Amino acid sequence: MTREPPVLSIRGLRKSFGAVEVLRGIDLDVQPRELVFVIGPSGSGKSTLLRCCNRLEEPSNGSIHFDGTDILSPRTDINAVRRRIGMVFQNFNLYPHMTAAGNVMLALRQVLKKDRREAEAIAGEALARVGLADKRGAYPNELSGGQQQRVAIARALALEPKAVLFDEPTSALDPELVGSVLQVMRDLRQAGMTMVVVSHEMGFARAAADRVVFMDQGEIVEQGPPDTVFGAPRHARTRAFVEQIVRH
Amino acid sequence: MSQWDRFAETFFNGAVMARYLPDIVAGFFVTVWLAVLVFLAGLALGLALALVRSLRVRPLNALIVLYVDLFRALPPLVIIVLLYFAMPNAGWSPSGFVATWLALTLVLSAFAEEIFWAGILAVPKGQWEAARSTGLGFAATLGWVVLPQAVRVTIPPLTNRTIAITKGTALGSVVAVSEILASAQTAVSFSFNPSPLMLGAAAYIVLFFPVVLFGRWVETRFAWKR
Ligand SMILES: Nc1ncnc2c1ncn2[C@@H]1O[C@H](COP(=O)(O)OP(=O)(O)OP(=O)(O)O)[C@@H](O)[C@H]1O
Ligand SMILES: [Mg+2]
Repeated sequence: MTREPPVLSIRGLRKSFGAVEVLRGIDLDVQPRELVFVIGPSGSGKSTLLRCCNRLEEPSNGSIHFDGTDILSPRTDINAVRRRIGMVFQNFNLYPHMTAAGNVMLALRQVLKKDRREAEAIAGEALARVGLADKRGAYPNELSGGQQQRVAIARALALEPKAVLFDEPTSALDPELVGSVLQVMRDLRQAGMTMVVVSHEMGFARAAADRVVFMDQGEIVEQGPPDTVFGAPRHARTRAFVEQIVRH
Repeated sequence: MSQWDRFAETFFNGAVMARYLPDIVAGFFVTVWLAVLVFLAGLALGLALALVRSLRVRPLNALIVLYVDLFRALPPLVIIVLLYFAMPNAGWSPSGFVATWLALTLVLSAFAEEIFWAGILAVPKGQWEAARSTGLGFAATLGWVVLPQAVRVTIPPLTNRTIAITKGTALGSVVAVSEILASAQTAVSFSFNPSPLMLGAAAYIVLFFPVVLFGRWVETRFAWKR
């Protein structure tokens, strides 16, 4: 069997903010349909890593290839790359002045230049996919946190991305709302979406992740299948972190 | 003659009022025209400056800040007088109307730039990031995501500022613009009776009261919960 090329390939990635080096040489490949789960203490650089992948943050050094494209090359049209990488934020970042459908349609209309009817149809499908077919006319402030986050996921999915990056998608949610978002992510995985997820939801990681990556102080300390990383971590730092999140 | 009759005779003299009403009405339309032109040009220029500032080009921003601070510091009357009496020495003789319009436009644009810019800054960074992460460019993000939110928070201060500065049209009376106040003053000096000033005040109320009410309405209309 021939191995497919990775969707995302990161080599020697470094990022400094001023004098502080936040990412210190990250190497990471993400295979098609793989769900990579990233954990690590606060400030270890997880968000920065994700944000470098679509250049919301400009890397200081190293290389990132997405779907065969060198995204750090000056010749690369970064907007074209970004629409193929979905991103889901901790705080949803829905546009408060637009309805759920409007949120999903904006990039369809403005980036993919779909006409209104087509954009509405795609938005409807995307919202149905996250279980919100009946909320297309609702404004973000009329939706629960869980529903808002699912609209944000629909907004990313509508562009038919090759991969979706999740930065703590459930951290801002009340506990009873977490399940609905995780269910959508599980469905996504089932459908074969390539995903990189920063989260502390260990139950979800054990059930759905192919691989868990533990980061600390800007480096990948350890990675492997969820059962190994959570059950029998090799490094003391991983063990300490895992014990701590288990206790919570 | 009672005291009240004398008061009415002085300040609300029907004959004088009737006689000078057409002048005041003419002044009213000059004021409206001037205020509308100041409003349109001042807000457009202020918005344009705020948009340029959002590109964050250092030297350009320094110039904009200088411009804004200068025109917020100078009293509008000083600018009008400078334009009207000093510009002719530099080879340009604006009419009183143009001098007043330009001065108030510059002042309004300076305040409006600050207000628009504050509104743009008040939009959370996450809004930019969400839009950019879906492939929208800078201009599309600004136009579709950031400005619509920025404009909402700017409406109350912008309304107040616009009303305050368009009332400065009365300063045009100093440079021979026959707007409401100048018309009223002329009438007073011809009739030796202050009644036309009352008419002038009434004209200002007729003009600006609806504007103030409109400002209130817009404020509630655009307020929304987060
Ligand atoms: N724009 C920035 N300017 C300066 N420092 C930054 C910036 N963004 C992040 N940092 C710093 O980089 C480090 C890593 O931040 P990052 O947000 O990637 O961590 P994280 O692993 O996502 O943490 P958390 O679990 O708290 O979200 C932190 O020390 C943070 O203070
Ligand atoms: Mg983070």
